[in-house]
Amino acid sequence: MSDQHPDARDLAAYDRHNETMDSVVGTGRPPIIAPGHTFGSVTDKIASIVLAKKTPVGWYLGFLLAFALTILLLVSLTNLVFTGIGIWGNNQPVGWAVGITNFVWWIGIGHAGTLISAILLLLKQTWRASINRFAEAMTLFAVACAAIFPLFHTGRPWLAYWLFPYPNTMGVWPQFRSPLIWDVFAVSTYATVSLLFWFVGLVPDLATLRDRSQSRVARVIYGMLALGWRGSAQHWHRYETAYLLLAGLATPLVVSVHTVVSFDFAVAIVPGWHTTIFPPYFVAGAIYSGFAMVLTLAIPIRSVYGLQDFITLRHLENMAKVMLATGLVVAYGYTTEAFMAWYGADRYEGFMMLNRMTGPYAPFYWLLIFCNIVVPQLLWFKRVRTNVPVLFILSLVVNTGMWLERFIIIVTSLHRDFLPSSWGMFRPTFWDYSTFAGTLGLFVMLLFLFVRFLPMISIFEMRTILPEAKVDESI
Amino acid sequence: MNPEPRTPNPQPGTRNPEPRWWRTLEEQADDPAFQERLYNEFPSQVEAITDPVARRTFLKLMGASLALAGVTACTRQPEEKIVPYVRQPEDTIPGKPLFYASAMAIGGVATGILVETHEGRPTKIEGNPDHPGSLGAADVFGQAAVLDLYDPDRARTITNLGEIRPWPAFIAAIRAALTAQEGVRGAGLRILTETISSPTAAAQIRDVIARFPAARWHQWDPASRENAKLGAKAAFGDVVDAQYRIDRADVILSLDADFLGSGPASLRYARDFASRRRPEDAARMNRLYAVETMPSSTGSRADHRLPAAPSETVAVAQFIAAAVGASAGAAAGATLDARATKFATAVAKDLQAHRGTSIVIAGDSQPPIVHALAHAMNAALGNAGATVLYMPPAEAEPVDQLTSLRELTDDLKAGKVDVLVILGGNPAYTAPADLGFTDAMDKAPLRVRLGLHEDETSARCHWQIPEAHFLEAWSDATAYDGTVSIVQPVIAPLYGGKSIHEVLAAMSDRPEQTGHDIVRAHWASRGGATMEASWRRWLHDGVIAGTSHQPRNVSIKAGAIRDLAGQDRTGARGAMEIAFRLDPSVLDGRFSNNGWLQELPKPVTKLTWDNAVIVSPATAQTLSAGGSPSFQGGEHGQIISDVVELKIDGRSVRGAIFPVPGHADNCATVHLGYGRTRVGNVGNGAGFNAYSIRTSDALWSGSGLQIERTGSSYSLACTQAHHLMEGRGLVRAVTRDEFVKDPKSIRDGDETPPRIITLYPNWQYEGYKWGMAIDVNACIGCNACIVGCQSENNIAVVGKEQVLRGREMHWIRVDTYYRGEAENPETYFQPVPCMQCENAPCEVVCPVGATSHSAEGLNDMVYNRCVGTRYCQNNCPYKVRRFNFLLYQDWNTPSLKLGRNPDVSVRSRGVMEKCTYCVQRINEAKINAETHDRKVADGEIKTACQQTCPADAIVFGDLNDPNSRVAKLQAEVRNYALVGELNTRPRTTYLGAVRNVNPELGE
Repeated sequence: MSDQHPDARDLAAYDRHNETMDSVVGTGRPPIIAPGHTFGSVTDKIASIVLAKKTPVGWYLGFLLAFALTILLLVSLTNLVFTGIGIWGNNQPVGWAVGITNFVWWIGIGHAGTLISAILLLLKQTWRASINRFAEAMTLFAVACAAIFPLFHTGRPWLAYWLFPYPNTMGVWPQFRSPLIWDVFAVSTYATVSLLFWFVGLVPDLATLRDRSQSRVARVIYGMLALGWRGSAQHWHRYETAYLLLAGLATPLVVSVHTVVSFDFAVAIVPGWHTTIFPPYFVAGAIYSGFAMVLTLAIPIRSVYGLQDFITLRHLENMAKVMLATGLVVAYGYTTEAFMAWYGADRYEGFMMLNRMTGPYAPFYWLLIFCNIVVPQLLWFKRVRTNVPVLFILSLVVNTGMWLERFIIIVTSLHRDFLPSSWGMFRPTFWDYSTFAGTLGLFVMLLFLFVRFLPMISIFEMRTILPEAKVDESI
Repeated sequence: MNPEPRTPNPQPGTRNPEPRWWRTLEEQADDPAFQERLYNEFPSQVEAITDPVARRTFLKLMGASLALAGVTACTRQPEEKIVPYVRQPEDTIPGKPLFYASAMAIGGVATGILVETHEGRPTKIEGNPDHPGSLGAADVFGQAAVLDLYDPDRARTITNLGEIRPWPAFIAAIRAALTAQEGVRGAGLRILTETISSPTAAAQIRDVIARFPAARWHQWDPASRENAKLGAKAAFGDVVDAQYRIDRADVILSLDADFLGSGPASLRYARDFASRRRPEDAARMNRLYAVETMPSSTGSRADHRLPAAPSETVAVAQFIAAAVGASAGAAAGATLDARATKFATAVAKDLQAHRGTSIVIAGDSQPPIVHALAHAMNAALGNAGATVLYMPPAEAEPVDQLTSLRELTDDLKAGKVDVLVILGGNPAYTAPADLGFTDAMDKAPLRVRLGLHEDETSARCHWQIPEAHFLEAWSDATAYDGTVSIVQPVIAPLYGGKSIHEVLAAMSDRPEQTGHDIVRAHWASRGGATMEASWRRWLHDGVIAGTSHQPRNVSIKAGAIRDLAGQDRTGARGAMEIAFRLDPSVLDGRFSNNGWLQELPKPVTKLTWDNAVIVSPATAQTLSAGGSPSFQGGEHGQIISDVVELKIDGRSVRGAIFPVPGHADNCATVHLGYGRTRVGNVGNGAGFNAYSIRTSDALWSGSGLQIERTGSSYSLACTQAHHLMEGRGLVRAVTRDEFVKDPKSIRDGDETPPRIITLYPNWQYEGYKWGMAIDVNACIGCNACIVGCQSENNIAVVGKEQVLRGREMHWIRVDTYYRGEAENPETYFQPVPCMQCENAPCEVVCPVGATSHSAEGLNDMVYNRCVGTRYCQNNCPYKVRRFNFLLYQDWNTPSLKLGRNPDVSVRSRGVMEKCTYCVQRINEAKINAETHDRKVADGEIKTACQQTCPADAIVFGDLNDPNSRVAKLQAEVRNYALVGELNTRPRTTYLGAVRNVNPELGE
């Protein structure tokens, strides 16, 4: 279908072809939707992926691989529960290690979804329409993966519900001064709002699928999920209000969740953790990694499902720009950390920084600097921002870098803190790796299910950015 | 690592392979269905089936269970018998411990102990305050012995050629053999014992010898104090034991004598030494010089320390002796290098300035000449009779044990021995490698062994008799000063063990005499008419009053030193030397199967579960071998080290090299007691066997050592590999002169934040406010506190693999820090328990409130509430919290359950634990005080670590009471908080170290 339209990458041809788009997106920039689409074609294109009778073989292969990794996750967690947290490499003095690294990394990735959905919505960034749906899905799945870690890294996961304030016969409440309690609230709120936001956004599209579906089972299921949506003006009115309200609710969460996560560290007295810069720097890092992950996912999906019309270069470039900006904030964070370690003249802080840069984990530190600061500087160049394969590789580099950042913050701060007698080292075990690989599998598996059974791009929102949807008020 | 080929294990006679018992035909056929049924029936034993070691145990249990199968119904009832007290035993109040005085002998010298028992189960061993060798302190071995009692690997049955036999069968056998000996007056009878300190046992052996005049009694102890005896004999013409009045000495010179950390009187000496190290009483501070090969507790506490290879130590002794005019006729003018000369000159000068108030101590491992020189110096300095007292030795029969063992070996080889009775010890493992004792043993037609474990020696004996642990049997023992204690049993023998007295009785005319009757009969004459009252008094006090030896007047024989100098066998200078030392944790190997001791970080090196080839960093560099922290555990856990081959006199052994700063150059120290093959699940295969290169002419040191790299590497479990303070002032130390000039100088760099900078209100402590002060200046790093804590608080042993990952569980640890020059650093020990901070970083971060502040200032740990986030551990700047990463406690072994302290929870997997200031002791004392309507008095509560500390370095008490000892100590100027700048306001504080430096030698 897309062959009917001029190649989106051929910018000059595009400009000549369609003048109308300029009124939407401004002159000289790639479009946010390829020209020539109509309401019908957009709906067809997106809904057909879900309603296709035949599931592509590639989907099965990918799903199986992800499923296998998910089984590995289950095996790892079963072993963990039966044997103990000691199967991981955590030790004295490194009480938290890969588990919490993974938690922060996944939570960070989740941030892009809310940012795109809520903040960009409020800022009327219409280009978000083609990526917000799967960014939100990604957020949910990432939060699901993230939640596994704080639960299972406890010594007695079966008692982890004690972190919730619930009335109980013991008459005991959680200890509210602990940032871990704040985490429980922040993450669970975030997960709930994200789910609601995502689901509310899905309702009109679920109704579309209900209406177009050929199979009875699908009609029933989509029908139930569509909550009786008929597309009446009243529906739309209420929908818009609800969506906007949820966006308003979600917006502070973008800032708050990772701020609270950063409190896990900032509130502690461990040198390398105890810094006031953590909240903004964590939030920026989260958005940074989130957008990197959206790119990592969007690039293959758009090429596999031929969605170049909807996820255009304009989107990729915009996301690259957000990455560049947040990457610079992160770089500023690193610099400030190092500067304050020197300027603050605290001997523990100073040693910590020196140890990061020259100690046993120095290769990881410098790899992190390379991944998160050096490489992303390429994004200053438009040629890089519009080169899809390069962007893809870059996004992987940033994902790696952000994982390393959390690892460095957690492990290098803990392994040599105040008393040299207790200094130690940390090395992950097979089970550390397998649990992480398992959550990657779970994440990918959920995504595969999502792209197969739900519209990965918001159909109705895409329709609203078509020229047809524009009402010429001058008439 | 076990570089030794496993000792071939030829059984005496034709010993059958493991007898195969079977109960059903299915079982014999190894039917899978039967196996499955077994699994279903005994799920708790599934591991036992798969574990080859436990398989025998399992079969035994299974047999018993099958027999009981008809008795029980379908549901399996716990097979536990409840025995209520029909009539409550006198003195026994359930829940209240009882303490019994007893004594424990190692190497022929006893230390008084108190045994805590709960409802008849001994749970903890403490020092006996009334005993001169203990003064209330106990060393690591004494305290860990209670675990040996419950060791599931102990020998459990009397066996003959591996077949279980009843005791009467043994009596019949030994009497038959003895009857055969009557004709030859016992010419074929040999009794081999360890060093015997029990007067009763010695009398019994003498009785046997009287019955069989041609029989011989031999003694062999791998750590016998041979050289001291030979040195005294040469110097005085008689075997006397030098004892020191450390509390009277102003200047002490230790010639490789670890008198603070090891040896029979070390607890006493450590207490006396500490009493003269209080900087607040600067005029009374003594000064300690140490010359030593391997850094020890004593050397670390020394104000000046000279690392010296064994041959160099002799030269230094000669030099100083000549300088103080004590080398009458010896080859004077030993050549020393510049550093040693400077040291020796200054020491000699200082000694001469303190005539009559100085002491020269020679170490047990030093050759006789050094002992003789020390005696001569003490005589020349007028110390003899003042600070040095000469006493008869504590051992019952002081003989030259090396000669004794050599004679026995020769007799065995010559086929002269018909009956060999080995009582205790493990000579097949500990005999010098060149004697060939082990092979010679097989020539005796009847070999009887009394031993705690079925070990290397048992494997070569016909009869193995399980020895009763000293907590299970009556005996007596002599302390270093001659004081005799009655050893009383506190529990009936767990495995029907027999004491040495009962075995000796079996060789007498009255074979069925009980240990109690034998010991009591021996002392009946002393008790006289009031025997019953005296006996009760002796048992109650733990000592027999008035048995201590009287000092003897001895004088140096002329020419003694010259004669000895001619005989000195210490190796030539210049060649690479080797020094053998007893292991600080497992001694000669007798504690190899004790998990507490195996996991105890050895003083200075902090190694656990292994011995190593210890060299100086410079020597390691010339060998281009060494160790480095690995990524697994690293500085706090695993050290990957090069394996080297030690070759001496055609013998060789492989071990991991471990450089230790302060060790003498050109010399290697190896510790005995490792590389055991038959001791039990804990000790088998740990370390390498240094006995395999220890020969009779080089028992303690030798030269001509070759060290070769093998190219392979080995993981050592080391709990602290980073010993530098990184400029953090963790141990504050100044010299005495600096301290006298400006006491505040010790607190330079203190940054304690003011109390107002906190969001939270300050804690108010209405009643008690517990606190602790630890004197770094007194601590000798002996580890007694660690074992005391482990025993008191049911702390788990985690095993080498977990220590490698840095997961050991000790609630108190002794950090070792170095200061000064790298080749001979000053060493400081710092015991670190929980600091019980007022602003505890752990408390605020716990999400479930599992660690919270008590009204008396403790950081209480609520195990039940802990979910195991480990956030508290991360946030603890002292890293004193310990997490149960896996199920470390042994919940299954029945014998271990008996030994636990019932007042302390046994922690399970997934919870955090830490020092509680022995909260169970606090509460016991509080309840006690409240019933009497008074406050807890100062000193009434002693934490386990404080109670056992020989140096009195740990003081606990109520900080709200300005007159309490701890409050006064914390008010001293030396008092400082560890990383106090963090505003944690630790309740445990430290008193800085003050070194009494000789200005001539400088710092």
